[in-house]
Amino acid sequence: MRINPRYINRLVRMGLNVQAYFTVGILIIIVAIIFFKGFPHTNFAFILSFPEDMGREGGIFPSIVGTIQLALLSILLATPLGLGTAIFLTEYTKESLFTKFIRFGVESLAGIPSILYGLFGFIFFVIKLKMGWSLLAGVLTMTIMILPTIIRTSEEAIRAVPRQLRIVSYSLSASKWETIKKVVIPAAIPGILTGIMLSIGRAVGETAAIIFTMGSSLRLPLSLMDSGRTMAVHFYILAREGISMEKAYGTAVVLVLSILLINILAYYIMNKAIARYS
Amino acid sequence: MDTKIATDRLRLSFGKTEVLKSITIKVHRNTITGFMGPSGSGKSTLISVINRMIDFENNVRIEGDATIDGTSILDGSINPIELRRRVGTVFAVPIPLPRSIFENIAYGPRLKGTSDRTTLHHLVEDSLKKAFLWDEVKDRLGTSALKLSGGQQQRLCLARTLALKPEIILLDEPCSGLDPISTAKIEDALSELKSEYTIILVSNNTKQIARISDFSAFFYLGELIEYDTTEKVFTAPAETKTEDYIQGKFG
Amino acid sequence: MIDRTVLKEHLVKWVLVAFALSSLLFLFLIFIFILAEGLPLFLKVGVNKIIFGMKWAPTKGYFGIFPMIISSFLVTIGALIIGAPLGLSCAIYLSEYAGKRTKMLLKPAIELLAGIPSVVFGFLGVIYIVPLVRSYLGGSGFSLISTSLVLGVMILPTIISISFDALVSVPRTYREGSAAMGATKWQTIYKVIIPSAKSGILASFILGMGRAIGETMAVIMIAGNALKIPTSILDPLRTLTGNIALELAYATGDHRLGLFSTGVVLMVIIMILNYVANFGIKRKIAK
Repeated sequence: MRINPRYINRLVRMGLNVQAYFTVGILIIIVAIIFFKGFPHTNFAFILSFPEDMGREGGIFPSIVGTIQLALLSILLATPLGLGTAIFLTEYTKESLFTKFIRFGVESLAGIPSILYGLFGFIFFVIKLKMGWSLLAGVLTMTIMILPTIIRTSEEAIRAVPRQLRIVSYSLSASKWETIKKVVIPAAIPGILTGIMLSIGRAVGETAAIIFTMGSSLRLPLSLMDSGRTMAVHFYILAREGISMEKAYGTAVVLVLSILLINILAYYIMNKAIARYS
Repeated sequence: MDTKIATDRLRLSFGKTEVLKSITIKVHRNTITGFMGPSGSGKSTLISVINRMIDFENNVRIEGDATIDGTSILDGSINPIELRRRVGTVFAVPIPLPRSIFENIAYGPRLKGTSDRTTLHHLVEDSLKKAFLWDEVKDRLGTSALKLSGGQQQRLCLARTLALKPEIILLDEPCSGLDPISTAKIEDALSELKSEYTIILVSNNTKQIARISDFSAFFYLGELIEYDTTEKVFTAPAETKTEDYIQGKFG
Repeated sequence: MIDRTVLKEHLVKWVLVAFALSSLLFLFLIFIFILAEGLPLFLKVGVNKIIFGMKWAPTKGYFGIFPMIISSFLVTIGALIIGAPLGLSCAIYLSEYAGKRTKMLLKPAIELLAGIPSVVFGFLGVIYIVPLVRSYLGGSGFSLISTSLVLGVMILPTIISISFDALVSVPRTYREGSAAMGATKWQTIYKVIIPSAKSGILASFILGMGRAIGETMAVIMIAGNALKIPTSILDPLRTLTGNIALELAYATGDHRLGLFSTGVVLMVIIMILNYVANFGIKRKIAK
């Protein structure tokens, strides 16, 4: 017996539909569990107070500060490097063997798993350069990790800037760099911001590379050479060592909520940018 | 008559395609010279040699020479950025920079290092007046230039070029996308401007050339077919090709 | 005046070249330093004894990581078995069936899923998946199947977004041509669209594999980290990444070098996977 293709078609459609919503369902379930379990343990005191007894009591203030320090400092380093690379790749060169090499480098960096960044940061920054477990070692490792994201998003954003804008700028006696500075980069800002937001999200959520470079000191990092603990690392230690499930859930709420907000903001900026040129 | 721009057996090719075939022409100071011809005739390419925007194309080979005030502009020692301050350009499609009206016009002067507010204000006002746009925008200089109508945008582009205080203005089919009223405003502005500038107007619109230019050049497939006073070209053309083109038989 | 602008332009260009080279420099440094720490032990102990060695007791001179290599591949394949069909289905639904509004909802949700930190996946795996496996299937619950389940979800965003791009880039005319022949939508997808997007879909699977094999934090929380080759899907196991993460904080001497040797093996596997996905397959698409 031959089944009517139309029925198969309808059946497949239904099946695919279910699977797509299943994926969204996973996200919703993850977020829902974290929020339901965690919100009772999250309040201003939790956010603003210091942990006590290895995190069994008290709050997560130092790890929030540590996370912000890590994210902002790595962005501060990676943005000029990444944007500069993107500008070079788009404005200053044609596709050649040289650009292929650079692209290979960027692609490869993007593919390296975070534990290898951890290994590298540990041996290079912590041991060989004698930085010890420190904010500085964490920041430098994280800078390299987020560089590919910044490069790719900036490159895409710069490529989307219409060529005529550049031509007009040149015709008004601008040099190449003046054109890039005054016309190309301003027009590409939303796309560049998206990359920055995504990178901040990555820095906030990263654990494997950070725990072996920045360490896991519970104290507030006051200098670049101080060790510190980001929220993700704190959460990992609380959960893994069974120190306190309540505090772990509480930390997870702050962690997941900040990452969701950062990513949503990134998505919003990107859509604005797309709307601008289409 | 005083020669402002001249080319001497200028040849230009993109890769293997020759686009300009030995062009020799003298454009006179303080006149409007119309360049006409069907697409592919090389008139726009010739313009892009004069402002050196040809630098941004790939695979270009140039032979012969082009001069402004008797000095070669193809020479290696010429700084194209300096040259583009002397040779302003208005393109076919108005492309405002994504910033305010004021900042669009101040863009060129700022690059030159003019940063004094009052000087810039005078310059912006003066340029907008010359482009016949001042009255329409004087109350909203801070708004985005993208909010202007197409005709206004093109006059903005003209004003932006004037703010560079150039000696020469090249207009590459500036009215091709505009309605008749906007076109008339641009033409009026150009007629006033020629006392101070040397203007080259590239256009497919022969009537426009006839209306406002003093001299007319007809290009066809990379060659300069005919060049004379507009009156002569339009009333008694020497070449049949020119006559056919003006009468609209092709192009 | 002229000279200064020209000089500045040159300066800018060279600074940018230096910036662009930094990515290569970092890659080079990562390579060199991991190799420099990881290779000596291969020479000292022997490649065979490390890669095919069954016993990992670094303080006693045993550096065998064969069980971990196998375990890494097992969880990766397990993740793929779960993530590949689900991810591809989602991608097909998104590119072929979903309306504009559904897309506006689904795409960001998938991107957000990609942003959830792996420690959160690991934590929820421990709290929910591990007990579930323990009570319904037996064993401790810290197992190959729990790990594969969680990793399968974690690689979904990679598979979906790359397959989606491949499906969307199939020319419209293919669809129209097939529809004009009277094919139903599914027939068109099955017979025309999926075959033409084949290499992109394959690339998405391989990159998903790379993501799974490199995943660390979630894995060490769920896998149980036992030092032997699992014989059933309910057995605990330790991956290459897990081995590094579990011991790096306190390892010294040869023990630490052994962890870098583990890193070298991991790096080689990742490089091969990325190379195949990025160059082998994408180049085919370009043709």
